[in-house]
Amino acid sequence: MTALTTAVELSYWQQTLLRTVGVLAAVLLPAGTLVYVFLFKMMSFMQSRLGPMEAGPYGSMQLLAEVGKWIQKEDIVPWRADRKLFALAPYIIVLSVFMTYVVVPFGPDAWFANLDVGVFFVLAVSSVSVLGILIAGWASANKYSLLGGLRAAGQLIAYELPMVLAVVGVVIQAGTLNMQGIVAAQHEGEIFGLGVIGNPFIITQAIGFFIFLIAMQAELTQAPFDMPIAESELVSGYMTEYSGMRFLLFFIAEFAGAGAFAAVAATLFLGGWALPGVDLDADVMNVLGPIVLLVKILVVSFLVFWVRFTYPRFREDQLQQLAWKVLIPLSLVNILATMVLKVAF
Amino acid sequence: MAKLSGPKTPGLIKGLGVTFKTMTRTMFPARGIKTLIPAPSVGAATVQYPHEKETPAPRARGVIALKEDNCTVCMLCARSCPDWCIYIEGHKDTAPPRRPGGKPRSVNRLDRFDIDYALCMYCGICVEVCPFDALFWSPEYEYSELKLADLLHDKERLGEWMQAVPDFEAYEAGSEQKVRKVPR
Repeated sequence: MTALTTAVELSYWQQTLLRTVGVLAAVLLPAGTLVYVFLFKMMSFMQSRLGPMEAGPYGSMQLLAEVGKWIQKEDIVPWRADRKLFALAPYIIVLSVFMTYVVVPFGPDAWFANLDVGVFFVLAVSSVSVLGILIAGWASANKYSLLGGLRAAGQLIAYELPMVLAVVGVVIQAGTLNMQGIVAAQHEGEIFGLGVIGNPFIITQAIGFFIFLIAMQAELTQAPFDMPIAESELVSGYMTEYSGMRFLLFFIAEFAGAGAFAAVAATLFLGGWALPGVDLDADVMNVLGPIVLLVKILVVSFLVFWVRFTYPRFREDQLQQLAWKVLIPLSLVNILATMVLKVAF
Repeated sequence: MAKLSGPKTPGLIKGLGVTFKTMTRTMFPARGIKTLIPAPSVGAATVQYPHEKETPAPRARGVIALKEDNCTVCMLCARSCPDWCIYIEGHKDTAPPRRPGGKPRSVNRLDRFDIDYALCMYCGICVEVCPFDALFWSPEYEYSELKLADLLHDKERLGEWMQAVPDFEAYEAGSEQKVRKVPR
Protein backbone atom coordinates (compact mmCIF):
# COMPACT_ATOMS: atom_id res chain seq x y z
CA MET A 1 0.00 0.00 0.00
CA THR A 2 2.77 2.40 0.87
CA ALA A 3 6.45 2.65 0.21
CA LEU A 4 7.33 0.96 3.46
CA THR A 5 5.42 -2.22 2.84
CA THR A 6 6.19 -2.50 -0.89
CA ALA A 7 9.93 -2.04 -0.42
CA VAL A 8 10.30 -4.93 2.05
CA GLU A 9 8.63 -8.20 1.22
CA LEU A 10 8.52 -10.35 4.35
CA SER A 11 7.68 -13.99 4.52
CA TYR A 12 4.91 -15.12 6.84
CA TRP A 13 7.13 -16.27 9.71
CA GLN A 14 9.07 -13.01 9.61
CA GLN A 15 5.85 -11.04 9.77
CA THR A 16 4.68 -13.18 12.67
CA LEU A 17 7.91 -12.55 14.54
CA LEU A 18 7.68 -8.81 13.94
CA ARG A 19 4.05 -8.79 15.05
CA THR A 20 4.87 -10.68 18.23
CA VAL A 21 7.58 -8.20 19.15
CA GLY A 22 5.25 -5.37 18.14
CA VAL A 23 2.36 -6.60 20.28
CA LEU A 24 4.71 -7.08 23.23
CA ALA A 25 5.92 -3.50 22.88
CA ALA A 26 2.41 -2.18 22.27
CA VAL A 27 1.11 -3.93 25.39
CA LEU A 28 3.98 -3.44 27.82
CA LEU A 29 4.98 0.15 27.03
CA PRO A 30 1.55 1.70 27.69
CA ALA A 31 1.10 -0.60 30.69
CA GLY A 32 4.39 0.56 32.21
CA THR A 33 3.52 4.16 31.47
CA LEU A 34 0.14 3.77 33.15
CA VAL A 35 1.67 2.20 36.22
CA TYR A 36 4.27 4.95 36.63
CA VAL A 37 2.18 7.96 35.66
CA PHE A 38 -1.06 6.99 37.37
CA LEU A 39 -0.51 4.30 40.00
CA PHE A 40 2.80 5.63 41.30
CA LYS A 41 2.59 9.37 40.74
CA MET A 42 -0.97 10.57 40.23
CA MET A 43 -2.34 8.49 43.10
CA SER A 44 0.43 9.80 45.36
CA PHE A 45 -0.23 13.40 44.41
CA MET A 46 -3.94 12.90 45.01
CA GLN A 47 -2.99 11.80 48.51
CA SER A 48 -0.55 14.67 48.99
CA ARG A 49 2.56 12.51 48.97
CA LEU A 50 5.38 11.89 46.54
CA GLY A 51 5.28 8.19 45.80
CA PRO A 52 8.42 6.28 44.81
CA MET A 53 11.41 8.64 44.66
CA GLU A 54 14.48 6.46 45.20
CA ALA A 55 14.83 4.19 42.15
CA GLY A 56 15.98 6.36 39.27
CA PRO A 57 15.11 10.03 38.79
CA TYR A 58 11.75 10.66 40.48
CA GLY A 59 11.37 6.92 41.01
CA SER A 60 11.01 6.24 37.29
CA MET A 61 12.89 2.93 37.54
CA GLN A 62 10.70 1.70 40.38
CA LEU A 63 8.67 -0.59 38.16
CA LEU A 64 11.84 -2.31 36.88
CA ALA A 65 12.92 -2.84 40.48
CA GLU A 66 9.53 -4.30 41.31
CA VAL A 67 9.61 -6.63 38.31
CA GLY A 68 13.09 -7.76 39.33
CA LYS A 69 11.80 -8.44 42.82
CA TRP A 70 8.82 -10.45 41.59
CA ILE A 71 10.94 -12.56 39.27
CA GLN A 72 13.28 -13.50 42.12
CA LYS A 73 10.49 -14.66 44.41
CA GLU A 74 9.76 -18.24 45.27
CA ASP A 75 7.11 -19.92 43.17
CA ILE A 76 4.56 -21.01 45.76
CA VAL A 77 1.67 -23.32 44.89
CA PRO A 78 -0.77 -24.20 47.68
CA TRP A 79 -0.70 -27.83 48.68
CA ARG A 80 -4.31 -28.61 47.73
CA ALA A 81 -4.29 -26.43 44.63
CA ASP A 82 -4.98 -27.82 41.20
CA ARG A 83 -1.42 -27.29 40.00
CA LYS A 84 -2.02 -27.32 36.26
CA LEU A 85 -4.99 -24.97 36.32
CA PHE A 86 -3.29 -22.80 38.93
CA ALA A 87 -0.34 -22.33 36.59
CA LEU A 88 -2.53 -21.83 33.55
CA ALA A 89 -4.88 -19.14 34.87
CA PRO A 90 -2.62 -16.05 34.73
CA TYR A 91 -1.63 -16.89 31.16
CA ILE A 92 -5.28 -16.98 30.05
CA ILE A 93 -5.86 -13.53 31.51
CA VAL A 94 -2.70 -12.06 29.99
CA LEU A 95 -3.53 -13.72 26.69
CA SER A 96 -6.95 -12.10 26.62
CA VAL A 97 -5.37 -8.68 27.14
CA PHE A 98 -2.77 -9.26 24.42
CA MET A 99 -5.47 -10.42 22.01
CA THR A 100 -7.42 -7.23 22.63
CA TYR A 101 -4.49 -5.19 21.38
CA VAL A 102 -4.23 -7.21 18.18
CA VAL A 103 -7.08 -5.47 16.37
CA VAL A 104 -6.42 -1.95 17.66
CA PRO A 105 -5.09 0.11 14.75
CA PHE A 106 -2.17 2.47 15.36
CA GLY A 107 -1.95 4.03 11.90
CA PRO A 108 -3.05 3.51 8.30
CA ASP A 109 -0.63 0.59 7.92
CA ALA A 110 0.40 0.16 11.54
CA TRP A 111 -1.90 -2.60 12.65
CA PHE A 112 -1.40 -6.19 13.75
CA ALA A 113 -4.60 -7.56 12.28
CA ASN A 114 -7.24 -5.72 10.29
CA LEU A 115 -10.32 -7.81 10.89
CA ASP A 116 -13.67 -7.03 9.32
CA VAL A 117 -15.30 -7.88 12.66
CA GLY A 118 -12.76 -6.00 14.77
CA VAL A 119 -15.17 -4.64 17.38
CA PHE A 120 -16.80 -8.04 17.76
CA PHE A 121 -13.36 -9.63 18.17
CA VAL A 122 -12.36 -7.14 20.88
CA LEU A 123 -15.51 -7.70 22.90
CA ALA A 124 -15.32 -11.47 22.50
CA VAL A 125 -11.66 -11.76 23.39
CA SER A 126 -11.79 -9.38 26.35
CA SER A 127 -14.41 -11.56 28.01
CA VAL A 128 -12.13 -14.59 27.89
CA SER A 129 -10.37 -13.16 30.94
CA VAL A 130 -13.42 -14.15 33.02
CA LEU A 131 -12.44 -17.75 32.41
CA GLY A 132 -8.93 -17.11 33.66
CA ILE A 133 -10.22 -15.38 36.76
CA LEU A 134 -12.67 -18.17 37.53
CA ILE A 135 -9.96 -20.78 37.03
CA ALA A 136 -7.60 -18.82 39.27
CA GLY A 137 -10.25 -18.58 41.97
CA TRP A 138 -11.16 -22.24 41.77
CA ALA A 139 -7.69 -23.72 41.41
CA SER A 140 -6.23 -21.87 44.39
CA ALA A 141 -8.14 -24.09 46.85
CA ASN A 142 -8.77 -21.07 49.02
CA LYS A 143 -12.16 -19.81 50.13
CA TYR A 144 -11.21 -16.17 49.60
CA SER A 145 -9.96 -16.91 46.12
CA LEU A 146 -13.12 -18.81 45.26
CA LEU A 147 -15.35 -16.02 46.55
CA GLY A 148 -13.29 -13.46 44.65
CA GLY A 149 -13.43 -15.54 41.49
CA LEU A 150 -17.20 -15.94 41.70
CA ARG A 151 -17.72 -12.27 42.41
CA ALA A 152 -15.49 -11.40 39.47
CA ALA A 153 -17.41 -13.74 37.20
CA GLY A 154 -20.74 -12.26 38.23
CA GLN A 155 -19.47 -8.74 37.82
CA LEU A 156 -17.68 -9.25 34.52
CA ILE A 157 -20.66 -10.95 32.94
CA ALA A 158 -23.01 -8.25 34.23
CA TYR A 159 -20.89 -5.43 32.82
CA GLU A 160 -20.11 -7.19 29.57
CA LEU A 161 -23.66 -6.42 28.46
CA PRO A 162 -23.71 -2.62 28.87
CA MET A 163 -20.26 -2.52 27.27
CA VAL A 164 -21.43 -4.41 24.20
CA LEU A 165 -24.63 -2.40 24.00
CA ALA A 166 -22.72 0.89 24.33
CA VAL A 167 -20.49 -0.11 21.45
CA VAL A 168 -23.48 -1.06 19.28
CA GLY A 169 -24.38 2.63 19.05
CA VAL A 170 -20.94 3.40 17.62
CA VAL A 171 -21.17 0.51 15.21
CA ILE A 172 -24.56 1.68 13.96
CA GLN A 173 -23.30 5.18 13.45
CA ALA A 174 -20.09 4.12 11.72
CA GLY A 175 -21.83 1.43 9.71
CA THR A 176 -18.91 -0.96 10.13
CA LEU A 177 -17.42 -3.38 12.65
CA ASN A 178 -13.92 -2.80 11.31
CA MET A 179 -11.78 -0.70 13.66
CA GLN A 180 -10.04 1.09 10.78
CA GLY A 181 -13.46 1.75 9.29
CA ILE A 182 -14.64 3.30 12.56
CA VAL A 183 -11.54 5.53 12.70
CA ALA A 184 -12.18 6.57 9.09
CA ALA A 185 -15.87 7.20 9.78
CA GLN A 186 -14.95 9.52 12.63
CA HIS A 187 -12.25 11.25 10.59
CA GLU A 188 -14.47 11.89 7.60
CA GLY A 189 -17.63 12.63 9.56
CA GLU A 190 -19.03 16.10 9.95
CA ILE A 191 -20.77 17.86 12.79
CA PHE A 192 -23.62 19.90 11.32
CA GLY A 193 -21.63 20.34 8.14
CA LEU A 194 -18.42 21.30 9.98
CA GLY A 195 -15.64 18.81 9.34
CA VAL A 196 -12.76 20.56 11.10
CA ILE A 197 -12.19 17.88 13.74
CA GLY A 198 -14.16 15.18 11.98
CA ASN A 199 -16.85 13.65 14.11
CA PRO A 200 -15.39 11.85 17.10
CA PHE A 201 -18.24 9.68 18.36
CA ILE A 202 -17.82 10.97 21.90
CA ILE A 203 -19.99 13.91 20.78
CA THR A 204 -22.88 11.97 19.29
CA GLN A 205 -22.41 8.90 21.48
CA ALA A 206 -21.68 10.71 24.74
CA ILE A 207 -24.00 8.37 26.65
CA GLY A 208 -22.34 5.40 25.00
CA PHE A 209 -18.90 6.69 26.00
CA PHE A 210 -20.08 7.23 29.56
CA ILE A 211 -21.52 3.72 29.78
CA PHE A 212 -18.41 2.27 28.13
CA LEU A 213 -16.20 4.00 30.72
CA ILE A 214 -18.24 2.66 33.64
CA ALA A 215 -18.38 -0.85 32.17
CA MET A 216 -14.66 -0.68 31.45
CA GLN A 217 -13.97 0.26 35.07
CA ALA A 218 -15.98 -2.77 36.16
CA GLU A 219 -14.35 -5.08 33.60
CA LEU A 220 -10.94 -4.06 34.92
CA THR A 221 -12.14 -4.65 38.51
CA GLN A 222 -10.81 -1.23 39.44
CA ALA A 223 -12.32 0.60 42.40
CA PRO A 224 -15.23 1.41 42.87
CA PHE A 225 -15.93 -1.98 41.25
CA ASP A 226 -13.19 -3.90 43.05
CA MET A 227 -15.46 -6.28 44.94
CA PRO A 228 -13.59 -9.32 43.48
CA ILE A 229 -10.31 -8.27 45.08
CA ALA A 230 -11.77 -6.35 48.03
CA GLU A 231 -8.73 -6.28 50.32
CA SER A 232 -10.69 -5.74 53.50
CA GLU A 233 -12.89 -8.79 52.95
CA LEU A 234 -11.17 -11.21 50.59
CA VAL A 235 -7.44 -10.57 51.21
CA SER A 236 -6.81 -10.17 47.50
CA GLY A 237 -9.63 -12.17 45.94
CA TYR A 238 -8.70 -14.53 43.16
CA MET A 239 -5.04 -13.39 43.31
CA THR A 240 -4.62 -14.29 46.98
CA GLU A 241 -2.49 -17.39 46.46
CA TYR A 242 -0.42 -16.04 43.60
CA SER A 243 3.08 -14.78 44.19
CA GLY A 244 6.21 -13.91 42.30
CA MET A 245 6.14 -14.28 38.54
CA ARG A 246 2.48 -15.33 38.43
CA PHE A 247 1.41 -12.32 40.43
CA LEU A 248 3.43 -10.23 38.00
CA LEU A 249 1.32 -11.66 35.17
CA PHE A 250 -1.86 -10.63 36.99
CA PHE A 251 -0.37 -7.20 37.55
CA ILE A 252 0.57 -6.83 33.89
CA ALA A 253 -2.89 -8.01 32.89
CA GLU A 254 -4.51 -5.43 35.15
CA PHE A 255 -2.63 -2.46 33.77
CA ALA A 256 -2.19 -3.67 30.21
CA GLY A 257 -5.92 -4.36 30.34
CA ALA A 258 -6.53 -0.78 31.38
CA GLY A 259 -4.37 0.30 28.46
CA ALA A 260 -6.14 -2.06 26.06
CA PHE A 261 -9.63 -0.91 27.03
CA ALA A 262 -8.46 2.70 26.93
CA ALA A 263 -7.10 2.09 23.43
CA VAL A 264 -10.41 0.56 22.36
CA ALA A 265 -12.34 3.46 23.91
CA ALA A 266 -10.01 5.94 22.20
CA THR A 267 -10.51 4.21 18.86
CA LEU A 268 -14.27 3.91 19.17
CA PHE A 269 -15.10 7.26 20.69
CA LEU A 270 -12.17 9.67 20.43
CA GLY A 271 -11.17 9.23 16.80
CA GLY A 272 -8.37 6.68 17.24
CA TRP A 273 -5.00 7.40 15.68
CA ALA A 274 -6.29 9.95 13.17
CA LEU A 275 -5.19 13.57 13.39
CA PRO A 276 -7.77 16.11 12.23
CA GLY A 277 -6.60 17.90 9.11
CA VAL A 278 -4.09 15.20 8.11
CA ASP A 279 -5.02 12.87 5.30
CA LEU A 280 -5.92 9.36 6.48
CA ASP A 281 -3.56 7.67 4.01
CA ALA A 282 -0.59 9.92 4.72
CA ASP A 283 2.58 7.92 5.42
CA VAL A 284 3.47 10.22 8.28
CA MET A 285 0.47 8.93 10.22
CA ASN A 286 2.23 5.57 10.63
CA VAL A 287 4.65 7.38 12.93
CA LEU A 288 2.32 10.03 14.37
CA GLY A 289 -0.63 7.67 14.77
CA PRO A 290 0.79 5.58 17.63
CA ILE A 291 1.74 8.80 19.46
CA VAL A 292 -1.73 10.26 18.98
CA LEU A 293 -3.28 7.03 20.17
CA LEU A 294 -0.99 6.89 23.20
CA VAL A 295 -2.03 10.40 24.19
CA LYS A 296 -5.66 9.42 23.89
CA ILE A 297 -5.00 6.23 25.91
CA LEU A 298 -3.48 8.40 28.62
CA VAL A 299 -6.49 10.72 28.60
CA VAL A 300 -8.99 7.85 28.90
CA SER A 301 -6.98 6.04 31.55
CA PHE A 302 -6.62 9.30 33.46
CA LEU A 303 -10.41 9.27 33.80
CA VAL A 304 -10.37 5.61 34.82
CA PHE A 305 -7.68 6.03 37.46
CA TRP A 306 -9.09 9.33 38.70
CA VAL A 307 -12.35 7.56 39.45
CA ARG A 308 -10.44 4.63 40.92
CA PHE A 309 -8.52 6.77 43.39
CA THR A 310 -11.61 8.75 44.39
CA TYR A 311 -14.48 6.41 45.12
CA PRO A 312 -14.97 3.77 47.77
CA ARG A 313 -16.16 0.30 46.82
CA PHE A 314 -19.69 -0.60 45.74
CA ARG A 315 -21.65 -3.17 47.67
CA GLU A 316 -22.25 -6.33 45.65
CA ASP A 317 -26.01 -5.74 45.22
CA GLN A 318 -25.53 -2.07 44.36
CA LEU A 319 -23.00 -3.12 41.79
CA GLN A 320 -25.39 -5.52 40.10
CA GLN A 321 -28.25 -3.04 40.32
CA LEU A 322 -26.21 -0.37 38.57
CA ALA A 323 -25.49 -2.73 35.70
CA TRP A 324 -28.92 -4.30 35.24
CA LYS A 325 -31.25 -1.49 36.26
CA VAL A 326 -29.41 1.60 35.06
CA LEU A 327 -26.73 0.94 32.49
CA ILE A 328 -28.43 -1.71 30.35
CA PRO A 329 -31.76 0.19 29.95
CA LEU A 330 -29.81 3.38 29.30
CA SER A 331 -27.71 1.75 26.61
CA LEU A 332 -30.80 0.18 25.02
CA VAL A 333 -32.39 3.64 24.83
CA ASN A 334 -29.15 4.92 23.38
CA ILE A 335 -29.20 2.25 20.67
CA LEU A 336 -32.81 3.02 19.86
CA ALA A 337 -32.14 6.75 19.59
CA THR A 338 -29.07 6.13 17.44
CA MET A 339 -31.07 3.88 15.13
CA VAL A 340 -33.86 6.42 14.74
CA LEU A 341 -31.47 9.30 14.13
CA LYS A 342 -29.37 7.26 11.73
CA VAL A 343 -32.43 6.54 9.60
CA ALA A 344 -33.77 10.09 9.94
CA PHE A 345 -30.56 11.79 8.76
CA MET B 1 -31.38 25.02 59.95
CA ALA B 2 -28.87 24.59 57.17
CA LYS B 3 -28.45 27.57 54.93
CA LEU B 4 -30.14 27.09 51.59
CA SER B 5 -27.85 27.80 48.70
CA GLY B 6 -28.05 27.24 44.98
CA PRO B 7 -28.15 23.83 43.32
CA LYS B 8 -25.96 21.35 45.15
CA THR B 9 -23.05 19.65 43.44
CA PRO B 10 -23.64 15.90 43.51
CA GLY B 11 -21.34 14.20 45.97
CA LEU B 12 -19.81 12.01 43.27
CA ILE B 13 -18.62 15.03 41.29
CA LYS B 14 -17.50 16.77 44.45
CA GLY B 15 -15.34 13.78 45.37
CA LEU B 16 -13.64 13.89 41.99
CA GLY B 17 -13.04 17.58 42.58
CA VAL B 18 -11.40 16.94 45.93
CA THR B 19 -8.91 14.43 44.58
CA PHE B 20 -8.18 16.61 41.56
CA LYS B 21 -7.62 19.67 43.72
CA THR B 22 -5.30 17.75 46.04
CA MET B 23 -3.35 16.56 43.02
CA THR B 24 -2.89 20.05 41.56
CA ARG B 25 -2.02 21.47 44.98
CA THR B 26 0.64 18.82 45.46
CA MET B 27 2.06 19.27 41.98
CA PHE B 28 1.86 23.04 41.72
CA PRO B 29 2.09 24.39 45.26
CA ALA B 30 3.51 27.79 44.27
CA ARG B 31 1.23 30.77 43.88
CA GLY B 32 1.48 33.71 41.52
CA ILE B 33 3.86 33.68 38.58
CA LYS B 34 5.52 30.39 39.56
CA THR B 35 2.22 28.49 39.63
CA LEU B 36 2.99 26.46 36.55
CA ILE B 37 6.33 25.11 37.76
CA PRO B 38 5.69 21.66 39.21
CA ALA B 39 7.27 21.24 42.64
CA PRO B 40 5.73 18.14 44.20
CA SER B 41 8.41 17.83 46.86
CA VAL B 42 7.28 21.19 48.25
CA GLY B 43 3.59 20.51 47.85
CA ALA B 44 3.52 17.07 49.43
CA ALA B 45 2.49 16.84 53.06
CA THR B 46 5.06 14.09 53.64
CA VAL B 47 8.86 14.28 53.95
CA GLN B 48 11.37 11.92 52.34
CA TYR B 49 12.45 10.28 55.58
CA PRO B 50 16.10 9.29 55.43
CA HIS B 51 16.99 12.51 53.60
CA GLU B 52 14.95 14.95 55.65
CA LYS B 53 13.49 14.39 59.07
CA GLU B 54 10.52 15.74 60.87
CA THR B 55 10.99 16.82 64.46
CA PRO B 56 8.65 14.73 66.57
CA ALA B 57 6.32 16.43 69.03
CA PRO B 58 8.22 17.38 72.22
CA ARG B 59 6.45 14.76 74.32
CA ALA B 60 6.39 12.09 71.62
CA ARG B 61 6.68 8.51 72.86
CA GLY B 62 9.74 7.37 71.00
CA VAL B 63 11.77 5.29 73.43
CA ILE B 64 11.84 4.69 77.19
CA ALA B 65 14.82 6.12 79.06
CA LEU B 66 16.17 4.83 82.37
CA LYS B 67 17.73 6.90 85.18
CA GLU B 68 19.68 4.10 86.78
CA ASP B 69 20.48 5.87 90.08
CA ASN B 70 16.79 6.29 90.86
CA CYS B 71 15.87 2.65 90.33
CA THR B 72 15.25 0.65 93.51
CA VAL B 73 14.66 -2.71 91.79
CA CYS B 74 11.07 -2.63 93.06
CA MET B 75 9.96 -4.60 89.99
CA LEU B 76 6.74 -2.63 89.65
CA CYS B 77 7.48 -1.86 86.01
CA ALA B 78 8.43 -5.44 85.16
CA ARG B 79 5.27 -6.75 86.82
CA SER B 80 2.96 -4.21 85.24
CA CYS B 81 4.36 -4.68 81.74
CA PRO B 82 1.59 -6.29 79.65
CA ASP B 83 3.94 -8.22 77.40
CA TRP B 84 6.72 -8.87 79.92
CA CYS B 85 9.44 -7.14 77.95
CA ILE B 86 11.32 -5.74 80.96
CA TYR B 87 14.03 -7.89 82.53
CA ILE B 88 15.34 -6.79 85.94
CA GLU B 89 17.94 -8.38 88.17
CA GLY B 90 19.49 -6.88 91.29
CA HIS B 91 21.26 -7.67 94.51
CA LYS B 92 21.34 -6.31 98.06
CA ASP B 93 24.20 -4.12 99.11
CA THR B 94 25.13 -1.84 101.96
CA ALA B 95 25.70 1.84 101.47
CA PRO B 96 27.53 4.19 103.84
CA PRO B 97 25.27 5.85 106.43
CA ARG B 98 23.57 9.15 105.56
CA ARG B 99 24.82 10.90 108.69
CA PRO B 100 28.16 10.25 110.41
CA GLY B 101 27.74 7.70 113.18
CA GLY B 102 24.62 6.20 111.67
CA LYS B 103 23.91 2.63 110.67
CA PRO B 104 25.01 1.51 107.17
CA ARG B 105 22.00 1.54 104.87
CA SER B 106 20.74 -1.47 103.00
CA VAL B 107 20.12 -0.73 99.29
CA ASN B 108 19.19 -2.63 96.13
CA ARG B 109 21.75 -2.42 93.34
CA LEU B 110 20.62 -2.84 89.75
CA ASP B 111 22.52 -5.57 87.88
CA ARG B 112 20.41 -5.82 84.81
CA PHE B 113 17.65 -3.67 83.37
CA ASP B 114 16.74 -4.64 79.81
CA ILE B 115 13.80 -3.59 77.71
CA ASP B 116 13.12 -5.76 74.69
CA TYR B 117 11.83 -3.29 72.08
CA ALA B 118 10.96 -6.18 69.80
CA LEU B 119 8.20 -6.94 72.31
CA CYS B 120 7.43 -3.51 73.75
CA MET B 121 4.10 -2.08 72.63
CA TYR B 122 4.79 1.44 73.88
CA CYS B 123 1.85 1.49 76.28
CA GLY B 124 3.87 3.48 78.82
CA ILE B 125 2.48 1.68 81.86
CA CYS B 126 6.01 1.19 83.19
CA VAL B 127 6.62 4.94 83.01
CA GLU B 128 3.32 5.63 84.76
CA VAL B 129 3.84 3.09 87.48
CA CYS B 130 7.43 3.97 88.42
CA PRO B 131 7.27 5.63 91.88
CA PHE B 132 10.90 6.77 91.92
CA ASP B 133 11.20 8.76 88.68
CA ALA B 134 13.50 6.26 87.04
CA LEU B 135 11.65 5.76 83.73
CA PHE B 136 10.85 8.52 81.22
CA TRP B 137 9.57 8.89 77.70
CA SER B 138 12.13 10.20 75.24
CA PRO B 139 11.19 11.41 71.72
CA GLU B 140 14.13 9.63 70.07
CA TYR B 141 12.91 7.11 67.51
CA GLU B 142 15.88 6.03 65.40
CA TYR B 143 16.99 2.74 66.89
CA SER B 144 15.96 0.22 64.26
CA GLU B 145 18.29 -2.76 63.94
CA LEU B 146 19.10 -5.35 61.32
CA LYS B 147 18.83 -8.16 63.87
CA LEU B 148 15.81 -8.67 66.07
CA ALA B 149 17.95 -9.54 69.05
CA ASP B 150 19.70 -6.17 68.90
CA LEU B 151 16.46 -4.49 69.93
CA LEU B 152 17.13 -5.63 73.50
CA HIS B 153 18.44 -2.44 75.13
CA ASP B 154 20.51 -2.87 78.30
CA LYS B 155 20.65 -0.35 81.12
CA GLU B 156 23.60 1.56 79.63
CA ARG B 157 21.75 2.00 76.34
CA LEU B 158 18.56 2.97 78.16
CA GLY B 159 20.58 5.44 80.22
CA GLU B 160 21.83 7.17 77.07
CA TRP B 161 18.27 8.00 76.08
CA MET B 162 18.01 10.21 79.23
CA GLN B 163 19.82 13.04 77.40
CA ALA B 164 16.86 13.58 75.10
CA VAL B 165 14.15 13.52 77.76
CA PRO B 166 12.46 16.94 77.72
CA ASP B 167 11.61 18.88 80.88
CA PHE B 168 8.09 18.56 82.22
CA GLU B 169 5.82 21.33 81.13
CA ALA B 170 4.56 23.84 83.66
CA TYR B 171 1.11 23.16 85.04
CA GLU B 172 -1.79 25.49 84.41
CA ALA B 173 -1.80 28.80 86.26
CA GLY B 174 -3.19 28.44 89.80
CA SER B 175 -2.10 24.84 90.23
CA GLU B 176 -0.61 24.13 93.65
CA GLN B 177 1.28 21.07 92.43
CA LYS B 178 5.00 21.53 92.02
CA VAL B 179 6.25 20.73 88.52
CA ARG B 180 8.22 17.50 88.50
CA LYS B 181 11.90 17.75 87.63
CA VAL B 182 13.62 15.37 85.27
CA PRO B 183 16.71 14.03 87.08
CA ARG B 184 19.76 14.87 84.98
